[in-house]
Amino acid sequence: MIEIENLNAWFGENHVLKDVSLKVPTNGSFGLVGESGSGKSTVLRTMTGLVDDWEGIMVVGGHELARKRNKDFYRQVQMVFQDPFGSLHPRHTIDRILSEPVAVHGLGNSDARVIRVLEQVGLDNSFRFRYPHQLSGGQRQRVSIARALILEPRVLLLDEPTSALDVSIQAEVLNLLAALRRDLGLTYIMVSHDLAVVAHVCDDIAIMNHGRIVERATASQLAQGSLEHPYSQQLYKAAGGYDRAVVDSFVDWD
Amino acid sequence: MTSETLLTVKNLAVSFTTSKGPINAVRGVSFDLGRERLGIVGESGSGKSQTGRAILGLTASNGTITADEMQFRDVDLRNLSPRQWRKVRGARISMIMQDPKYSLNPVMTIGDQIIEAYREHHKVGTKEATHRAIEMLEAVKIRDPQRVFKSYPHEVSGGMGQRVMIAMMLIPDPELLIADEPTSALDVTVQLQVMAILDDLVRERGMALIFISHDLHLVSSFCDRVLVMYQGHVVEEIRASELDLAKHPYTRGLLNCLPKMDGNHDDLPVLQRQASWAEG
Repeated sequence: MIEIENLNAWFGENHVLKDVSLKVPTNGSFGLVGESGSGKSTVLRTMTGLVDDWEGIMVVGGHELARKRNKDFYRQVQMVFQDPFGSLHPRHTIDRILSEPVAVHGLGNSDARVIRVLEQVGLDNSFRFRYPHQLSGGQRQRVSIARALILEPRVLLLDEPTSALDVSIQAEVLNLLAALRRDLGLTYIMVSHDLAVVAHVCDDIAIMNHGRIVERATASQLAQGSLEHPYSQQLYKAAGGYDRAVVDSFVDWD
Repeated sequence: MTSETLLTVKNLAVSFTTSKGPINAVRGVSFDLGRERLGIVGESGSGKSQTGRAILGLTASNGTITADEMQFRDVDLRNLSPRQWRKVRGARISMIMQDPKYSLNPVMTIGDQIIEAYREHHKVGTKEATHRAIEMLEAVKIRDPQRVFKSYPHEVSGGMGQRVMIAMMLIPDPELLIADEPTSALDVTVQLQVMAILDDLVRERGMALIFISHDLHLVSSFCDRVLVMYQGHVVEEIRASELDLAKHPYTRGLLNCLPKMDGNHDDLPVLQRQASWAEG
């Protein structure tokens, strides 16, 4: 479904993605893990056309991406952002937030679409005419997911979709994402700093550092902790909680 | 835990008057604190931060605090005048907030901010204060303290910013440090490095620490004792080393709903809340 080869990107003089290559099969789920500044979100932003200065080959659904993305691309590929507070318009009702992409793409029948997509993300119809501030964080993130789903895309790009949520809510949203992938045959690329979240959702995982993929692993390799690159080992150990001896073994990766 | 009690809180309640009626954020919280690391864990809205703020008298003006007892060493923390608070806040009880981006002054160099904090509590000249500030930056393991001293907050990373906050809070040598989600905005490795600094300082100075966080695992790997809060109540108090033996269904639910690195993609157990938990 998705093939990226030797993707490089720049922010001005700053070389932020260095020869990133990845492949995701249809209905697969690929995880990108790394710390802030590692370039993991930039991969998604470059795919969706939010970064202008890039080189390389990106193929989505059999079509090579050109400099400009057309409408068809956005019907196929949608993105869910980290912060459900910042990504929903505070003065638009949920109904308006969800109908807008339908209008932009001229799909029509927006009433039925809104009702169906709310049901898919587990919100009942009473949410339809509320405003974002009347919803909890988890409900808001469900609305963000609904907004992405309303165009019936094939691919969801998930940029830290649960890191702003409480762990109990995170579990609900992760279960929702798993169910949607199963039921709708979606393909995911998920970006997260949390190794456990990515290991839970994704089959294939890449660990990024300073714009480069330093290691690739499958979920079962990660479960066994069989990582080779010292940077990924360090991340793996850090996920285990506070341990004085482990902290002392940390080095900075420049 | 040593037998010496630093802080006693009995039946603490914090409520806010809002246009939609009163909100009881904290309801009947009691605990004793010695020279130890106490974790307070809960989800958003559980009252964990309001508990920390009430101890320092930082509750917003539409809130009221009641308690049967709030004794910090020789000071009764109930009904202190603003003048009396100034002798406690910063000097004897200090607080580190979540995001250094918002708690540092953006138009003042880091050095000047630390000096300001120091001279607020100590009558010393600029030279002496500068010397102490650089010493503190070294104590929080900043490799190039001279450079950081002259930098503005936007010129340093999040982890560095939080170290600066710790340096500033510790310079008056407080007896109790309240850290409210001090590492939640940081990357995992940086988070642990900042915690190691707190760990060392608490040990070396014999300080007490209240560590407020939503991350039960992290807290239990770091603290001696953990209070688990739900809707303003403490539902369980447990020694951090015995977390696996937690009895309350809420604590167990919080532990179970975490994704694990076991290669298993099955649905996560979802926390089923019961109304009775909120009654304490």
